[in-house]
Amino acid sequence: MKKNLLGLLLSVALVCAVLSGCGDGSAAQTSEDRVAANAIVVGIAQDLDDSLDPHKTVKAGTREVMFNVFEGLMKPTPNGDLTPAVAESYTVSEDHRTYTFSLREGVKFHNGEPVTAEDVVSSIQRCAAATETGIVQVEAFSVMEDIRATDERTVSITISEPSNEFLSYLTTAILPAGYDQQDTAPVGTGPFRFVSRTAQDSIVLERFDDYWGMPAQLKQVTFKIIENADSLMMSLQSGAIDLCGHLTSTQTAQLGDDFDVAEGTMNLVQALYLNNAEAPFDDVRVRQALSYAVDRQAIIDLAFDGYGSPIGSSMYPAFGKYFDESLTDYYACDAERSKRLLAEAGYPDGFEMTITVPSNYKPHMDTAEVLVQQLAAVGVRATIAPIEWESWVSDVYTNRQFQSTVVGVDASNMTARALLERFTSTYGKNFINYNNADYDRLFREVLATYDDEKQTALYKEMEKNLTENAANVYLQDLADLVAVRKGLTGVTFYPIYVLDLSGIRYTA
Amino acid sequence: MKYACRRVAMLAVTMVIVSLLAFVAFDLISGDPATAMLGTEATPEKVAALQKELGLDRPLLVRYGAWLLGFFTGDLGVSYSYHQSVWDLIAPKVAVTLCLSLLSFLLIAAVSIPLGLRSAVRSGGVLDGARTVLNQLCMAVPPLFTGILLSWLFSTTLRWFIHGQFPALSADFWGAMKYLLFAAVAIAIPRIAMTVRMLRSTVRQELQKDYVRTAISRGNDRSAVLRRHVLKNALVPVVTFLAQTMAEIVAGSIVVEQVFAIPGLGRMLVASISSRDYPTVQAIVVILAFWVVLAGAVADLVNQRIDPRLRLGGRS
Repeated sequence: MKKNLLGLLLSVALVCAVLSGCGDGSAAQTSEDRVAANAIVVGIAQDLDDSLDPHKTVKAGTREVMFNVFEGLMKPTPNGDLTPAVAESYTVSEDHRTYTFSLREGVKFHNGEPVTAEDVVSSIQRCAAATETGIVQVEAFSVMEDIRATDERTVSITISEPSNEFLSYLTTAILPAGYDQQDTAPVGTGPFRFVSRTAQDSIVLERFDDYWGMPAQLKQVTFKIIENADSLMMSLQSGAIDLCGHLTSTQTAQLGDDFDVAEGTMNLVQALYLNNAEAPFDDVRVRQALSYAVDRQAIIDLAFDGYGSPIGSSMYPAFGKYFDESLTDYYACDAERSKRLLAEAGYPDGFEMTITVPSNYKPHMDTAEVLVQQLAAVGVRATIAPIEWESWVSDVYTNRQFQSTVVGVDASNMTARALLERFTSTYGKNFINYNNADYDRLFREVLATYDDEKQTALYKEMEKNLTENAANVYLQDLADLVAVRKGLTGVTFYPIYVLDLSGIRYTA
Repeated sequence: MKYACRRVAMLAVTMVIVSLLAFVAFDLISGDPATAMLGTEATPEKVAALQKELGLDRPLLVRYGAWLLGFFTGDLGVSYSYHQSVWDLIAPKVAVTLCLSLLSFLLIAAVSIPLGLRSAVRSGGVLDGARTVLNQLCMAVPPLFTGILLSWLFSTTLRWFIHGQFPALSADFWGAMKYLLFAAVAIAIPRIAMTVRMLRSTVRQELQKDYVRTAISRGNDRSAVLRRHVLKNALVPVVTFLAQTMAEIVAGSIVVEQVFAIPGLGRMLVASISSRDYPTVQAIVVILAFWVVLAGAVADLVNQRIDPRLRLGGRS
């Protein structure tokens, strides 16, 4: 018996020694090893299970990562402007209809080939025509009358109507003409080049040494895919991950001393989106009543520890000049007024409603739970119907079979149009079925206006229209909390959903 | 030989049925691959065009037939999500999950058989009561919870492994095995408890039998009788049970891979189901079914070795 016990103890000790020993393989990497190698690991909660071809990518998470690999003629800056990238400069003709781009000298693709005017023309044409299946058609290119390479280094584009937003769409990625492996082995001109993707595991990017501009600071960036929230937290604590965005305040509180937390915005319009075509939400009084019933700040305080910016229309603060702050408090929480409006609309005892929420997005689930409580105070009995994201896309977004839903809507580029066009009555992605003649007219005027100031005023009027008619119950732009390992710096926030790696570096 | 043929035929039929069920199940749930692929870019026209391109506009049985034909000619198709060959996508994951399952299985067998025997022989007393409570406890904790606990203890606190840094099997085999060991323990704990309990009761039943008394009364050493006669007889149901455990291990690995961030088949399965990536789901389902059915076949063979009477193949 004693012998047995001794044997047992010895073998346990042996196992422990082997397991805790550091003599095992070289692949194990501590954060110190990564500092020496000038590499970082970024944790992301979603896989890039999408086409990596930037013209086909539909997932925001994929765009967020691949932002580092691709560039267009123009490229967005952190403060919401555009700066020439593949183009060195451009001129606009007197009638504002012809853009002439001179290409930058020495811009190379990651495969070593120089960028030619033909590459530019074919890339833009590919998105304008969208004849290949899977290409996301850029609607704004429909105004394009002509695009041609006037010489080896010059591209001119003519559009039918003057438009001061056209330039924003020229952030469309420039790809090598005729290269057909973009889906899985993408090639672009950005500061990082794509190395590999292992499904459900990782994506590896490396610094592109022939980059035309300021080279990236880091040599290698590995994106590690960890969907499970507990696992993600443990990977941060164990030292496997150096940087991770989109965390909740509860998560960042658990991080400990190894991390700093950078706070930005998610750049989403989070709202209780209402199906305007379906009773009772076809009645503007009901929609207004819900808007009065909701206390935005209380949601932010209760579910997000106070992080988040309340909004009052389909526009978020990072958009600067298009954001109208006065709309935020248009519907100050007022239960009495809400009940009165409900009574006027014929619902003195409230009604039952369903809030469909994509269950994998915890912030939206948390928000919905607070909403249910707040709505109950005015007699509206709401129930949450959790749904898988893929089912949300097909049932709610595409087939519009829903009553209400809590999600965040983002902008694919830095124009007000990206956020506001979707509520015009004929637009294919108007999933809330908003149908307002004034709104449609305002948007037509926007398209016909070239003067920037006038156009901005019109966009603000569109926002006001959405607010006054309570198209949706607008809530907030979520805070984006990013855990950054101490010793790393250079995280910049953009008004769109991207993670720019080029400025991130080790301080020591 | 005839018996072997029958087993292989049964294996094939099982797999065909499993794959057909998976195919039909997918037809019934909401959301289709084309909509999932297009995401927020989906419009009815685009969805229809993509469905046509993927061949999803064909009737269910035609699609299934095409898939089956592809499967038997070694073509698993191309993943809808990743745009690359399904086999290239899942091959490394098959290896990972195989290692994890085998490791869990070895742990279960290596720990539960000696432990079960011991607890059967030394039953009674206070210690036995404590053991029963511990056993119940181990059976009750789900691998999800044990996984988080083990990770916290061995990675966050003791730093024996780095959670979230699973090395590729090809790059660092032993490092990967070490990482997998912690996950395997999480899967194994409840199964060990069950196996111990089962072995304990079968051994105790066996010990009551006349031949044991006879053997001992003829002057044989008690422990020799236990090893040579009792264990052999008590093992048959346990081997069958362990084969069933294989199915549970596979199910457990789906959860544990998520908790330990291991890029295995289970995680891939969950992800491809939610993105409606049919070709990948089908391939994984068939591989897992094969794995489980194979475990059953191996158990039968082992049992025949232990007890030659079973070689008659059930004709008694």
